[in-house]
Amino acid sequence: MSNNHLRITNYGLLLAILTAFIFALSPQALALAQGPTPTDDEVNRIAKQLYCPVCESTPLDVCPTEACRQWRELIRTMLAEGKSEAEIKQYFVEHYGARVLAEPPNRLVTYLVPAVVILLGAFMLFRGFQMWLKPSITEADVKKSAKREAKPVQDPYIAKLEEELKNRK
Amino acid sequence: MTDTSIPAARRGVPIWVQIIIWVFLVGLLGIVAVGLKRAQEGTVQPGAAIKDFTFELFEGYKYNGQSQIKLSDLRGKVVVINFWASWCKPCEQEAADLQAAWKEYEPTGKVVFIGADYVDTPKEADVYLKKFGITFPNGEDRDVARGRPLSQYFRIKGVPETYFIDRDGVLQYVQVGPFTSIEQIRVQVDKLLK
Amino acid sequence: MIANFGYGVLFITFLVTLYSVFAAIYGDRRQVPALVESARRAMLLTWPLLTLTAGVLIYLLVNNHYEVQFVYEVTSRSMPTYLKITAWWGGQAGSLLFWSWLMSAFASLVTLRKWDRDREFLPWVIVVACITMAFFIGMNVFFENPFAQLYQTFDGVNAYTLKPADGILFTPQDGRGLNPLLRHPGMVIHPPMLYLGFVSFVIPYAFAIAALITGRTDDRWIRLTRRWTLWAWLFLSFGLVLGGRWAYDVLGWGGYWGWDPVEIAAFMPWLTGTAFLHSVMIQEKRGMLKHWNMLLVILTYDLVIFGTFLTRSGVLSSVHAFAQSAIGPLFFAFIGFTLITSVALIFYRWSSLKSETEMTSLLSREALFLLNNLLFMSILVVCFWGVIFPLISELFTGQKVTVGPPFYERATSPLFATLMMLMGVAPLSAWGHSTVKTLGRAIWKPILVALVVTAVLFATYTQKIGALIGFFLVALVILVTLYEYWRGAYARQRSQGENILSAFWNLTGRNRRRYGGYIIHISMMLMAIGILGIEIFQVETQGTVEQGESLSVSNYELRYKEIAQWDDLPSGVNYRRAVLEVYQDGEYLGQIAPRIDYYYDSQQNMTIPGQRSTLKDDLYVLLVDWEPATAAGATFKVFVNPLVNWLWLGSFLFLAGVIIAAWPEKEAERVAVKAKARVQQQTSAAD
Repeated sequence: MSNNHLRITNYGLLLAILTAFIFALSPQALALAQGPTPTDDEVNRIAKQLYCPVCESTPLDVCPTEACRQWRELIRTMLAEGKSEAEIKQYFVEHYGARVLAEPPNRLVTYLVPAVVILLGAFMLFRGFQMWLKPSITEADVKKSAKREAKPVQDPYIAKLEEELKNRK
Repeated sequence: MTDTSIPAARRGVPIWVQIIIWVFLVGLLGIVAVGLKRAQEGTVQPGAAIKDFTFELFEGYKYNGQSQIKLSDLRGKVVVINFWASWCKPCEQEAADLQAAWKEYEPTGKVVFIGADYVDTPKEADVYLKKFGITFPNGEDRDVARGRPLSQYFRIKGVPETYFIDRDGVLQYVQVGPFTSIEQIRVQVDKLLK
Repeated sequence: MIANFGYGVLFITFLVTLYSVFAAIYGDRRQVPALVESARRAMLLTWPLLTLTAGVLIYLLVNNHYEVQFVYEVTSRSMPTYLKITAWWGGQAGSLLFWSWLMSAFASLVTLRKWDRDREFLPWVIVVACITMAFFIGMNVFFENPFAQLYQTFDGVNAYTLKPADGILFTPQDGRGLNPLLRHPGMVIHPPMLYLGFVSFVIPYAFAIAALITGRTDDRWIRLTRRWTLWAWLFLSFGLVLGGRWAYDVLGWGGYWGWDPVEIAAFMPWLTGTAFLHSVMIQEKRGMLKHWNMLLVILTYDLVIFGTFLTRSGVLSSVHAFAQSAIGPLFFAFIGFTLITSVALIFYRWSSLKSETEMTSLLSREALFLLNNLLFMSILVVCFWGVIFPLISELFTGQKVTVGPPFYERATSPLFATLMMLMGVAPLSAWGHSTVKTLGRAIWKPILVALVVTAVLFATYTQKIGALIGFFLVALVILVTLYEYWRGAYARQRSQGENILSAFWNLTGRNRRRYGGYIIHISMMLMAIGILGIEIFQVETQGTVEQGESLSVSNYELRYKEIAQWDDLPSGVNYRRAVLEVYQDGEYLGQIAPRIDYYYDSQQNMTIPGQRSTLKDDLYVLLVDWEPATAAGATFKVFVNPLVNWLWLGSFLFLAGVIIAAWPEKEAERVAVKAKARVQQQTSAAD
C-alpha cells in the first residue's frame, strides 16, 4: 500500500471511531443499550425455573397470587437492569432460601444416593445371575461326548442313556 | 420338569442382612416420625426462651444509631416482633395501629417494636412502609448471625404474626393474624411492662 | 337425628370388624371352623352396613343438612345434585369412609368365592382385610367423624360427635361449597379410580400374608390373586391417567404431571405393581423368585398406605395435601405396624420359600423380566429419594429445599429409555432359552425399519438427539410387538386355515394375557409419543393484547376478538370468557375461548383453558387471572403442545388391553386345559 493510501485509511478509521464514540454517548444510544422492557416470555423463562417461596410446590410462572406477581415484576426489573439469569437466581436464593430453586443446591448428594442404591441393586442382580446361570448342554457338547464314549464299551444301557441324554434339552 | 433341581439353600436370612434391613426400616420410620412431628407442631409457644439473633435493618432505619439489632442487647426491654409482607392484605389492617402504638411506647425507652419483612420484594416493601409511615425498626426477615430466616426460627404459619417477648427474653404471647384494635396491642405490652 | 343414626351404624361396623379379626384368629388357632365361618359372615356384614352409612351421608349431603360439619365443608346450595353426591370423597372424613366402603366391597367379593381348597388361607385373609378396615373405620369413628354436628356453646361454634351439655344445634344457612377444582368431571372420577386401585391391592397382600403365616408358600396365593392384581393395576393406572387429564384441563399450567410429592406417592405403588405383574409370571412359568414376589407385594401395600398417609399428614408440602389433622400420627403407627410385621413374617418364612432357581441364558425371558424389575425398582428408588430428601435436608441442615421436575426427569429418563429397549427385545425372547443369534435373527428387521422411521423424522421433524432416541425406541417396540402378534396370527392362519382377521381374533382369545399384554405395551408407546411431544417440543408465550391485536407462537396467530362477563347466580359462578380467532400460516382455523370462572361461595377462581386438539398438536390458551381482563387489554398464556393427544389416545387403547388381558377364560377352555395338564402329568409320571 502506498503512503497516501495508508494515511487516508488511518484518518478514515479515526473518524469512524470518533463518530461511533459520539453516537454511543448520545441519549438515544443509552436508552437503546438499556433495552426495551423485558417481555413476559423473558420473565417466564426465568420464573419457570423458580418456585413460589410461599405457595406449595407451585412454579413461579403460573402462580396466581399477588406475591408471585410482585416477584415476576422483580425479575422484570432485574432483567431490565441487565442482570443475568444466574444473578437473578442467586438473588432469590439469598433472600428467599434454597427452596425457591427447582433442584437442591447440593447436587452431589441428590444424585449420588439413588445412583449408589441403583448400582447396588444391579450388583445384586448380577450376583443372582451368576448363581443361577447353568450353561446349557449344546449339540456340539453332546456330539463330542458321544464320540469320546462311542469307541470303548458298547453297553446297551449306556447307549440308551446316551440316546436319552442327546434328546433331552 | 425333571428332578434335577439343586436343593435351594434352606438357611434363613443371614443375621447381618436382617440387622441392616431393620436398621434401615427403623431409620426411615424415624425420619418420617420427626417430619410428622415438625408438621404438627405450631409456632414457638409462650414460655420459650428466645435465642439471640442479629437483625439487619433496612436503609433509613436505625436503632440507637446502629443499623443492626441484637436481641441480647435488648434485655430489660419488652420486644415486640411483627412479621408482615406487602402482599398480605390482613397486614394492612394492623399497620396503622402498630405505628400508633410505637409512637406511644417509644418515648418510654422500655419497649422495642421490630418489623420483619417476610419473603417480600424491596420496592413494594418500601411503598408499604411509606404508605403507613412506619418508623419503628424494620428489616428483612433474616437472622444474619445464623444466615437463616427469623420466621423459620419462630416457625410462623403465615403473616401477620406478632411475638411479644418479655424483659427476660422469654416469649409471653403470640398474636396470629392482625390486631383488630390498638387496644389489643396495649393490653399485651402493658402486661409485660409490669 | 339422622346423622346420629349414621354414626351409630358406623360404630357398629367398627365393632363388627374387630369381632371378625378376633374370631378369625381364635377360630384358626383353636381349630374351631364355626368361628372362622362366623368371622367370614361378619366380614360380609360390613358391606351392607357401610353402604347404609354411606347412604345416610349422601342423603345428608344432597339435602343440605348444614348442621353436619362435613356437609357444611364440602357442599353448598348452588351445587348440582350429582356434585353433592361426589362431594362424598371431596373431604377428609368422607374420603376415609369411601376407602372403607370400597375395602369392604372387595373383601366381601373375595370371601364369596369357594374356599374348599384353601381353607387355611381364609382366616388370615379375613384378619388382614378386617384389620385394614378397622383402621380406616376407626379413624372415622374416633377422629374424623363425617357425622359430627355443629353446636353452639360458650366457646363458640364447634363440631361434636355427641351433643355437649350446654350446646345448641347450629345450622348455617349455606355450605362452603366444594373446592371449584374438584367440580370438574375428570376430578369427580379420579379419586374413586385411584382408591379402587389402592384398595384392590390389599387383597393380594392379604393372601401373601396368609401364605406366610400358614406356611403355604407355594404358588397358590399368586394364582388366586392374579386377576385381582391385574384389575388393581388397571384402576391405579387409570386413576393416574385421569389425574393427568384433570391437571391438564383444569389446573391451568399447560401440563399433566408436575412431579408433585402427592402425585409421586400414587405413582410409587404403580411402579411396584407393574414390577409385580411381570415377576409373578416368572414364578408361574419357572418357579423362581418366590421371595422377591412376596417382597414386592408387601412393598406395594405399604406404599399404598404410605401414599394415603402422605396426602393427609402435612409431612410434605404439596398442592394436593388435605388439611392437617390428628390422623397423621395414627397412619404412621399403622404403617409402622404393617411394615414391621410383614418384614418379620417374611424373615421367619424365608427358608420355606424354596425355589428351583435355574436359568440357562441371560437373554431368556425370565432374565429380561428380572432386568425389568430392576429398572422399575430403580425408578422407585429415584422417586422415593426425591420425596424424602426435602425432609432429610430439613432435619440435618435446617435448610428447606425443593426437589422438582429437573431431578426426576434427568434421573428417570435413562431408566425409562432402557425399559423401552427391554420392551422391544423381551417379546422376542423365549422362556428358558434365548441366544444372541435367535434374538438377533428376529430383531434385525424391526431395528432396521425403526432406524428408517427415525431417519425420516430426523429429516422432517426434529434434530434433537433425545427426541430421536425416544422415537426410535417407540418405533422399535411397536414394530417388534406387532411383528410378534402378526407371526402368531400368521402361524394360526396356516395351521387352522382361518383368514387373517379371525386368526388375530382367536389368537387373542386363546391367550388373552399375552396378547392383552402386547396391546398394553403398544398403548404405552402411544402414550410415550404424547409425552415425548409435549415434554420436548412444547412452546409457550404470554402477552397482553388489546382487542383486535394478535399474539403469535410457533406458526399460530391468535387475534383477540372479544370478551364477555356474566353471572350465573343459581350456580353461584361469575364467568369471564374471551374469544380469540386462530390462524395457522395465515389460514383461519376457528375460534378458541378460554374462561375464568369465579365461584362466590369459595371465593376462588378457576382458569379453564380454550383448547384446539388435533393429533398433531394441542393449541392451549389461558386467560390469566392475575391481570385484569377487559376489552382494553387482556393477558393470555398460550401453549402449543405437540403430539399430546397421543397420550389420551394411548390410554384408551390401554383400557382395552387390560380388559382383554383380564377377561376370564371360558369355563370349557379351563376344563380342557386342566384335563390336558392332568394327562401330561400322568404320561410324564409313567416315564
